[in-house]
Amino acid sequence: MIQTQNLTRWFDNTLAVDNLTLEVREGEIFGLLGPNGAGKTTTVRMLVCLLAPTSGQAIIDGYKVGEEDTEIRRRIGLLTEAPGLYERLSAYKNLDIYARLYEVPSDRRERQIRGYLDMLGLWERRHDPVATFSKGMKQKLAIARALIHEPRVLFLDEPTAGLDPEAAKLVRDFIAELRQEGRTIFLCTHNLDEADRLCDRIGVIRQHLIQVDTPENLRNHLYGRKVAMQLRALSDAHLQLVRALPFVKEAHLEGDKLVVALDNPEDENPILVRRLVEAGVEIQFVSELKHSLEEVYLTLIKEESER
Amino acid sequence: MKVWTIIDKEWADVFKNRLVLFTVGFLPLIFTAIPLIMLYVMRRTEASELEELPQALLGNPLFAGMSPPEALQAIMVNQFMLFFLLIPLAIPMTIAAYSIVGEKTERSLEPLLATPITTWQLLLGKSLAAALPAVAATWFSFLVLAIVARFIVVSGRVYAIIVSPTWLLAIGFLSPLLTVLAVTVGVIVSSRVNDPRAAEQLGMVVILPLLALFFAQMAGLIFVNALVMLCLVGGMALVDIGLLQLAVRLFQRENILTRWR
Repeated sequence: MIQTQNLTRWFDNTLAVDNLTLEVREGEIFGLLGPNGAGKTTTVRMLVCLLAPTSGQAIIDGYKVGEEDTEIRRRIGLLTEAPGLYERLSAYKNLDIYARLYEVPSDRRERQIRGYLDMLGLWERRHDPVATFSKGMKQKLAIARALIHEPRVLFLDEPTAGLDPEAAKLVRDFIAELRQEGRTIFLCTHNLDEADRLCDRIGVIRQHLIQVDTPENLRNHLYGRKVAMQLRALSDAHLQLVRALPFVKEAHLEGDKLVVALDNPEDENPILVRRLVEAGVEIQFVSELKHSLEEVYLTLIKEESER
Repeated sequence: MKVWTIIDKEWADVFKNRLVLFTVGFLPLIFTAIPLIMLYVMRRTEASELEELPQALLGNPLFAGMSPPEALQAIMVNQFMLFFLLIPLAIPMTIAAYSIVGEKTERSLEPLLATPITTWQLLLGKSLAAALPAVAATWFSFLVLAIVARFIVVSGRVYAIIVSPTWLLAIGFLSPLLTVLAVTVGVIVSSRVNDPRAAEQLGMVVILPLLALFFAQMAGLIFVNALVMLCLVGGMALVDIGLLQLAVRLFQRENILTRWR
């Protein structure tokens, strides 16, 4: 649905995006992560035909950026970092203006506006000036605006930035619903927990693409898979016993837990547990040790900085 | 259609601003009322009162053979014309400043630019939203002036000046061109500042040439007749073309996002 090939953008002497090559599949939520100034917003702006690439190319839903911009604009929705609503106008008027600019047929326009305002719980406030809305309500309205023409591809730049936890959850749930509808979503966020929960795949960028994969694969790639076991009366002998097993890649003690790195915990865990029980060890808990996406992200960025 | 959507949005938005409403409503009212009041007051001018005016001004053949009240009313009518042309400059400047700087401060330009609207449609919509009220207000004010003045002027010779080709050229052609000038300068200035009042004040430099003309005529240095007015119309058309090109270049998506402050 979205393909970029060596997409590059310079601002005078500053390289904002460097040879970005990636592919976002139809119906997936793709998260773009990166520190401030990493080129996330510039990438989105190039993909939505607001900025021209210095070199390279991008194709959105089969249309080439820079050559078929109007066609692309008809097929995409954009939520910018700031909601950018007309504060003195009503919620209804805001959506009506965009529905007309996106060429939504007049017979569908009202139904569409009502549908989204209803869905987001704003119908009762439709005639109120947007200036009287809370931050969360504004953000919801801005998302409705991006969807009013039923775009196939949605670009969301920091959709939950500055929202309270309740409003952020509402927006996240709504984005998850959009995935069910089969839309392709390109999400830029600093919220790693959000990216972890929502995204099918994640790209980490710092001018160029550092890594792209599913959140799970990113974790496994960096840290491998680990199992933590809480044993009664943990001793050094237990550690030696585990280390002697051929499939154990690494084992160490962390407080009262034994942490074991494995390639295939689904098959190897039962063997490991059996051997420990046979050795008289009492096992209290066994759980997979998951690294947060934040750890993955920080490691990737740190490695990149040291390179 | 999209141009109309932009106009509709602009009017719905900027006319909720009291300052814009005041400018659009009050300015034409004042600029129509003052000339009418002055014409009324000057109905009883004495010959001695004319002595204070520059001889070069009084020596104009247009005023030859006129009685003192006639001459003074005729002179004033000529001056009012330039005064009147402030309407098509001030109104669009205010609307353009609030409309464009408003979009910048609300950060609403980026989502707008992501819609399938062309740069031309957007600029045309914004320009017409600023220009149409100005032209309508100017023409309506002139109509009121022309109708009411019929009952105030001391003679048909004075009234003939109000409906002369010079005035009709000024109102019919120069005022729309002045609105284009104000809108384009408004766009250019608004791209550089983040405060609508600052944009408005900076943009008001466009009235300086008009004021210069006003005082030059008052001092008898120049007399705006039909030929001069025709030259002004032609010159303004050229200036507008140049400024429009600049405004269109500034209004490209790329420039708005990277060069505007």
